[in-house]
Amino acid sequence: MSLNSAKAPTGLRTATGDLHLRSVTKRFGDFVAVDDLTLDVPRGSFFALLGPSGCGKTTTLRMVAGLEQPTAGSILIGDTDLTGSRPYQRPVNTVFQSYALFPHLSVRDNVAFGPKRRGEADAAAQADEALKLVQMGHLAGRRPPQLSGGQQQRVAVARALVNRPEVLLLDEPLGALDLKLRREMQVELKRIQTSVGLTFIHVTHDQEEAMTMADTVAVMNNGRIEQQGAPSALYDLPRTQFVARFLGQANMFDAPIVGADGDMLFVENQGRRFGVPKKRSALTQGVVSYGVRPEKLRLAETEPTELKPGECVVGPGRVTDVSFTGVSTQYIVEVPGFPPASVFEQNLDVEPIDTHVGDQVWLRWNQGHAFAVAPAPAAGATP
Amino acid sequence: MTALATATQHATNSAGATGDDDAHVVGSRRLTPYLLLIPGLAWLVLFFVVPMVQLAVVSLEHKFPGYPGYYYLDLNVANFAGALSEFWPHFLRSFLFAGIATVLAFLLGYPLAYAMAFKAGRWRNVMMICVVAPFFTSFILRTIAWRQILADEGPIAGSLNALHLLPGGHITETWVAVVAGLTYNFLPFMTLPIYSSLERVDPKVIEAGGDLYANGLTTFATVTLPMSLPGVLAGTLMTFIPAAGDYVNAELLGSDISTKMVGNVIESQFFKVPGGYPTAAALSFTLMAIILVMLFAYTRKFGTENLL
Amino acid sequence: MRKFRYWLADHFVLLSAIAVLVYLFLPVAYTFAFSFNNYKKSNITWRAEGSPTLAHWMNPCGPPGLCDSLVTSLQVGALATLVATVLGTMIAFALVRHRFFGRGATNTLVFLPMATPEIVLGASLLTIFVQGYYRVGLQLGFWTILIAHIMFCISFVVTNVKARLQSLDPKLEEAAQDLYADPRSTFWRVTFPLALPGIAAAALLSFSLSFDDFIITNFVSGDATTFPKFVYVSYLRGIPAEANVVGFSMFVIAVLLTVAGQAISTRAQKGI
Repeated sequence: MSLNSAKAPTGLRTATGDLHLRSVTKRFGDFVAVDDLTLDVPRGSFFALLGPSGCGKTTTLRMVAGLEQPTAGSILIGDTDLTGSRPYQRPVNTVFQSYALFPHLSVRDNVAFGPKRRGEADAAAQADEALKLVQMGHLAGRRPPQLSGGQQQRVAVARALVNRPEVLLLDEPLGALDLKLRREMQVELKRIQTSVGLTFIHVTHDQEEAMTMADTVAVMNNGRIEQQGAPSALYDLPRTQFVARFLGQANMFDAPIVGADGDMLFVENQGRRFGVPKKRSALTQGVVSYGVRPEKLRLAETEPTELKPGECVVGPGRVTDVSFTGVSTQYIVEVPGFPPASVFEQNLDVEPIDTHVGDQVWLRWNQGHAFAVAPAPAAGATP
Repeated sequence: MTALATATQHATNSAGATGDDDAHVVGSRRLTPYLLLIPGLAWLVLFFVVPMVQLAVVSLEHKFPGYPGYYYLDLNVANFAGALSEFWPHFLRSFLFAGIATVLAFLLGYPLAYAMAFKAGRWRNVMMICVVAPFFTSFILRTIAWRQILADEGPIAGSLNALHLLPGGHITETWVAVVAGLTYNFLPFMTLPIYSSLERVDPKVIEAGGDLYANGLTTFATVTLPMSLPGVLAGTLMTFIPAAGDYVNAELLGSDISTKMVGNVIESQFFKVPGGYPTAAALSFTLMAIILVMLFAYTRKFGTENLL
Repeated sequence: MRKFRYWLADHFVLLSAIAVLVYLFLPVAYTFAFSFNNYKKSNITWRAEGSPTLAHWMNPCGPPGLCDSLVTSLQVGALATLVATVLGTMIAFALVRHRFFGRGATNTLVFLPMATPEIVLGASLLTIFVQGYYRVGLQLGFWTILIAHIMFCISFVVTNVKARLQSLDPKLEEAAQDLYADPRSTFWRVTFPLALPGIAAAALLSFSLSFDDFIITNFVSGDATTFPKFVYVSYLRGIPAEANVVGFSMFVIAVLLTVAGQAISTRAQKGI
């Protein structure tokens, strides 16, 4: 039973389609929380808004829910303009970070709250169904204070889901859970979203979470979207300095572009040239930040004499740290003239590691794996 | 006001009320706030503000010569001068009694509050009820019970007399009984604010004191006591102010000659002395003024959060 | 001996606390004990002959005026609680949830009666009743007592309800709106139910303040008598032991109510 067929209370707007944010700006006094944001979320997708605290992602979410009104811009679902309407008029529901379950109502009554307000006759039955979906049916008679964090979280999800909203908003819902529970819930939420087919917008600062769960990730910083796309696209081809550093780790150094050849650009540092494909570089001239992900680097104990086509090498450098993390071994290598580099090598063997702190090594990588972005602004300059 | 008042105050206030006035604002236009406010505020204006103004007026009135009970309005500031010159000993006595009672209440109440905050564990609620429960019996009955406990024939006076330790032979009708009564009746007013303050202290901070080489007494003096200071100050005010204005303890436990407090004088000027209204009003106002000055100095230094 | 001294030092605080608690209960114990005294003229000394007696417990309304005064106290208490709770709750809601001109002044006005000594409150009310409001026909008596009690209870109600409202999570109202509740629904289904415990506590507080009030009542009661006033006035003639009976019973009832209230709220939290 979709929202649009229910007996809606006066004022509940019916709307279907993709979610559109057009040039949305939100100012609090002098502070610009969200800066001219334009975003399109396809119907039925799992969309993640990722960014550090204070980047404006929660404010954006609240504006979609109607809990804040934009200073400028508009918010639409399909062709229906929802800007200016109140939260209870929108077919949008939120899972709050602190869950915000009503302590004076039972779990069932919490979940049935939305349907009751909309005048549904079988609100309790719908609530039970939603609780079954999140595997909380057996606790329907309890009160929120008696539940654990993970249980409350599921109830909060059920309470939003039962209304089959056009858009379901999740505001860092997994933040308060411990690691194991968080992982479980990540899989749960993804499963629910796929089976129910609603549009989910998930706000988080945990890049691993965003990449695991979402079809599309938008990285936000200082009220703007830096880059948006599939998780792998964002990870393997970051387009800005911020995205490169925020998602996973990156080894980057600033170098000027000194030449081009076919579809490759070349930068120079310490007398060596390093190539990067033109389509993987944000700029075509000037100084760029040249980057390679740590898992794309290989260690060599002696200076490589034969390079594979498209490979480049740098060194000699010294190993300054070796960390065994189970799945991989992580090294830090310092090569003069370059920032310390992280190297992740998968532990394919059971032999003990024979590279030690102080060893001399060379680093090699495939130029096709490199990327280049605009360098960070000089210290003191406004971002 | 009774101890139950203080108890519930502190229970609700330690439940997390913040000083942030705007956190819960939902609306700032229309008539709603005014419609909500007017009935209650009207009551307070009619029955608090206006009476206070009237009291001020009365304190400046002049006795109508020959017609006791009738007054005419005059700026008779002499009322104040007259009242103070005649009754300044009572003021002094009131503040002295209240002061001693406050100190005693502190000495008795602090260990109680400390035990409740740190040593009670799951008995904390029970202790809280135990502190407040005795005050469910009528205030008058309690004070009269003290009269009996301290009576000449009672156990305390009796045994002290037997040991010849009691000059004068009795406890009742002396200032000792009055101060004892005041201390007893206002003990919760001292204990509960201190408890509130101590309850907010993280026990780990006290442990940290020990970890950093301070022994029990030093930790108390340098860590716990300073942290509980707002509560101590609030408790002091909440004990001293009503005690200074009390007259029931003096009436029931004291004598007619040597222990009369300001409250007794005010009461008798209203009810027993013909033409005494202006004097009584003047005394009331002076008492109130002194107390307001003390309150003002306190809130200046510490803010109003802990007071309420 | 040394061990004992150490034990004493360690447990000093707890021991002194218990000593103070005993001290607090002494008058209650006396009141209770003397309710069984078979006294002849006045209930000051224990008369061994015929004591302990249940006579006073059997006929608590024996002394003339005692039960009347009790009824008056209960009536005043109930009415004052009702009116003060309603008026005070309204003020509290206005103060916490609305921005309006004069908010600071209102806060001060509400706070002042609590900071004023009872004797000054009583004195001022007496003067206005006798010199002003009598003109509209108001005589000292039941109604003036009621008016006075409502006045001083309002401040306490406002403080308590305000504290409760300020500790409410604002996200709960946002969640209600997110779930299709318009402002009116949100208020009656979420805000008000959550504020109710605070309002109930404030009402209970009002009642106990009103019931036990003596000083202000004494000033404005004229010929009417409440229970505390009855006890005080009969002090000179000798307080009847039936007053002890009533006093102690009120103590027991109040303790039972408090314990019950605590038990209910703990059970509610555990959701049984």
